[in-house]
Amino acid sequence: MRQRVEPTVDRALAREHGLTDGEWARILELLGRAPTFPELGIFSVMWSEHCSYKSSKRHLLTLPTEGEAVLIGPGENAGAVSIGDGLAVVFKIESHNHPSFIEPVQGAATGVGGILRDVFTMGARPIASLDSIRFGPLEDPRQRWLLRGVVDGIGGYGNCVGVPTVGGETTFHPCYRGNILVNAFNLGVVETDRIFRARASGVGNPVIYVGSKTGRDGIHGASLLASAEFDEESEAKRPTVQVGDPFTEKCLIEACLELMRTDAIVGIQDMGAAGLTCSSFEMASCAGTGIEMDLDRVPQRAADLTPYELLLSESQERMLLVARAGQEERVREIFARWELEAVVVGRVTDDGRMRVRWHGDVVVDIPVDPVSRSAPVLDRPAREPADLRERQKLDPAALAPEEDLAEALEALLDSPNLGSRGWVWRQYDQLVQGSTVLGPGGDAALVRIRREDGTPTRKGIALAVDCNPRWCWLDPYGGALAAVAEAARNVACTGARPLALTNCLNFGNPEKPEVMWEFREAVRGLGEAARQLGTPVVSGNVSFYNETAGRSIYPTPTVAMVGLLEPWERHAVSHFPAPGLSVCLLGETREELGGSEWLALRRGLEAGVPPAVDLEAERRLHRLLAEAIGAGNVRCAHDVSDGGLAVALAECTFTGPAGLRVGAVLSLPDAVRPEALLFGESTGRVVVASQNAEELVRLAARQRVPLRHLGETGGERLVIGPPAGTPWIDRQVTGLARIWERALSRRLEEA
Amino acid sequence: MFAVIQFPGSNDDRDMAFAVKSVLGAEARLVWHRQAELPAGTRAVLLPGGFSYGDYLRCGAMARFSPVMGAVRRFAEAGGPVLGTCNGFQVLCEARMLPGALLRNRGLHFVCDWVHVRVERDDTLFTTRAREGQVLRLPIKHGEGRYFAEPDELARLEANRQVLLRYCKPDGDFSEAANPNGSVAHVAGVVNVRGNVFGLMPHPEHAVDARLGGDDGLRVLGSLLDAVARGTGR
Repeated sequence: MRQRVEPTVDRALAREHGLTDGEWARILELLGRAPTFPELGIFSVMWSEHCSYKSSKRHLLTLPTEGEAVLIGPGENAGAVSIGDGLAVVFKIESHNHPSFIEPVQGAATGVGGILRDVFTMGARPIASLDSIRFGPLEDPRQRWLLRGVVDGIGGYGNCVGVPTVGGETTFHPCYRGNILVNAFNLGVVETDRIFRARASGVGNPVIYVGSKTGRDGIHGASLLASAEFDEESEAKRPTVQVGDPFTEKCLIEACLELMRTDAIVGIQDMGAAGLTCSSFEMASCAGTGIEMDLDRVPQRAADLTPYELLLSESQERMLLVARAGQEERVREIFARWELEAVVVGRVTDDGRMRVRWHGDVVVDIPVDPVSRSAPVLDRPAREPADLRERQKLDPAALAPEEDLAEALEALLDSPNLGSRGWVWRQYDQLVQGSTVLGPGGDAALVRIRREDGTPTRKGIALAVDCNPRWCWLDPYGGALAAVAEAARNVACTGARPLALTNCLNFGNPEKPEVMWEFREAVRGLGEAARQLGTPVVSGNVSFYNETAGRSIYPTPTVAMVGLLEPWERHAVSHFPAPGLSVCLLGETREELGGSEWLALRRGLEAGVPPAVDLEAERRLHRLLAEAIGAGNVRCAHDVSDGGLAVALAECTFTGPAGLRVGAVLSLPDAVRPEALLFGESTGRVVVASQNAEELVRLAARQRVPLRHLGETGGERLVIGPPAGTPWIDRQVTGLARIWERALSRRLEEA
Repeated sequence: MFAVIQFPGSNDDRDMAFAVKSVLGAEARLVWHRQAELPAGTRAVLLPGGFSYGDYLRCGAMARFSPVMGAVRRFAEAGGPVLGTCNGFQVLCEARMLPGALLRNRGLHFVCDWVHVRVERDDTLFTTRAREGQVLRLPIKHGEGRYFAEPDELARLEANRQVLLRYCKPDGDFSEAANPNGSVAHVAGVVNVRGNVFGLMPHPEHAVDARLGGDDGLRVLGSLLDAVARGTGR
């Protein structure tokens, strides 16, 4: 018999595992003895911030999670929302920040792999991915290396598994220099009555391990890498980053979906964070059962793996499933066809305990429920940052006016945060699966929905992901409101009705009261906006400890919104499609320069109060857009956001397909100063191009949406000016387009 | 019936079958790579895009050894039409059913974009629905699509008029900027000497619906459908 060589388990070792003294005492109390080494590993993972949500849980409980269409809310692998006719969409967004900072290609790749598994674990075929990625300034060569690596990782994985990346955001700010953000979103489609859950039910049923073999990679990825701040030694954690294999994932998707069309399985769970441990605990806990497992049967690709390593490995592309007794052979057959392992490693028991054997020894024997359910819930202190009021101070009168507004527009179009992201998304397969109606680059992506057998439906799903971290730093509550409002508005700009959202809450160290305050305020804002807009939160992820050497990132509550458009053919685009259309501005422009891109770029200031959000007005705007686009009146609708109205109008002139350029001659009311008019970022505004302005005016009046007629599309120039007098901006569209198109690529290719 | 070959890692297989069935209204069947024979009634073979066997070695290098490729070769030798797109083109080159090779893109990056290609011949099984000199707009999405052939081989290709598609500007002229991957002589697609095996990097199956970006792919797939209807390959 093999002997285990293991360290002595005591309070000191528990501390090294990130457990507090209080948690250690609780373990002793629960077990009535000291834990074994593998058991200590299990507690450290299950009670880590990453797996237990101990700092965030009490706040997350305040979010609205229910609604007519919601089939499954937070708590499962992903949320599920009905889209009618027996179909549902399943979606979630998740962070992979720390692994991507240490090893950008594999970190980002496995982020994509993990979120795909969350979706197909529920029986859904993944059909669309988005990514929200944030870096430090591109002047820093390390940031360019990180961006190249992350894009390579996302593309390399997504392209190979055959799931299109249809949109996302890429932004730059010094606060991410030491802690980049990589948030990956995926959405899948499933027949409502074929949704699977992570349940180990049916005493005596076999527990089957499928997918890749287990190795030493990623041990403590979740507990140590994701649940602590970065320091100079973080580089040494590179071995804790897992390596992705998209080919195996592709085969795993097909094999799982094939298996799910049979009645052979009762539950299935992805082996993500903390691998075998988390998946088996979650499945047993959901079903109120126990599991006994024999580690010797686990497929292994390294020699002499210890029980501790086998239980905590985060090797990728593995799933755990519970089959109906007697169906083992059927499961094996399907997986063998895809050249994947499927091995019975244990069975479901009725005693509520997790019992794990290794070479005949019982190495783990603990009650399931106390470990997974009574994970600690903390009420961490929260305190408003001392300098918050200082941040919000801004005297607009002291801001020097622009001498040449056209030059200012060109500078904005040339900035990394506003220029074309074509360099990024040209590296992603946007078209595989043949359903991409609107790809990256517009307000929201739009994909048409087909059934699993390929039958087309008339349903389209609109998707957008948004957050303005600067606004959240200046006002976390208002910034979170705005993130939800903008994501919903982007979805509405296609003509779709916003349905539900998922969020990825990226924050600093929750042990700092200022960070906890930012978190609490942001969650309050998310909840308020989600309630008012009728878009419940159906899934999400919290990523704390995003700081390096004590410096936290800006609070970044990323919101991904999903909407429904039926029929999908009745959609708008975000560029001027033709000359001779009336250009109108929906919504109200106020003198709001606080937190704007213009202020940061042109005046070097990050200050002020961000623009106000009127959720009631946003709802009316959604209704108007759905009505006007559905009626064919509005053919172009483009959200006014970063960079303000002038940037939005410029984008309308040159972002069409195949180099389409459509100019416009427009006049704006000069009620507020030109900088605020052209570059201010007042919320709730959309630029539209209409075939019938008179009818649109009538529709807008009925929904009580302020509307201003600005001019007509046509010509080769973009001309914007006051109602009378010399235009502020008068430029060739091709010239503006060239500046915008090169903004990112020239910084990456010429560097 | 169109046989769409399915390797583990193929990912445009379902789209190809969908284009044939729903858009062309013909019959299509997915054929698993382990099958040593094509289904009875196969009138054309389609090798779809994707990453066969993960493409961890060279694109298409593993797929050519799969049992089904023996059957595809016999089918082609009997005169049956075979069309390979993207990874399917790479597999045909690896299997030496088409000349040349596909290398890493000039810019080293994966490129997903709509491009223009000029039709060089309209008298082949795959191009009868187009005109010679016509410019088609089709999507590409690949990391290894830079066509390469040694100078003497390229000269033979040109002499035999085996280049069916070349990357071009919207007006049909050639420029390096309009060549998305650095292919030699702007080659986007080549046919074998006999004229029944065609490989191209662009994706006709993703250009079959004007509402989703364009339908020029029907010029290629539709030509093949016409050829099958005429009884080619029987």
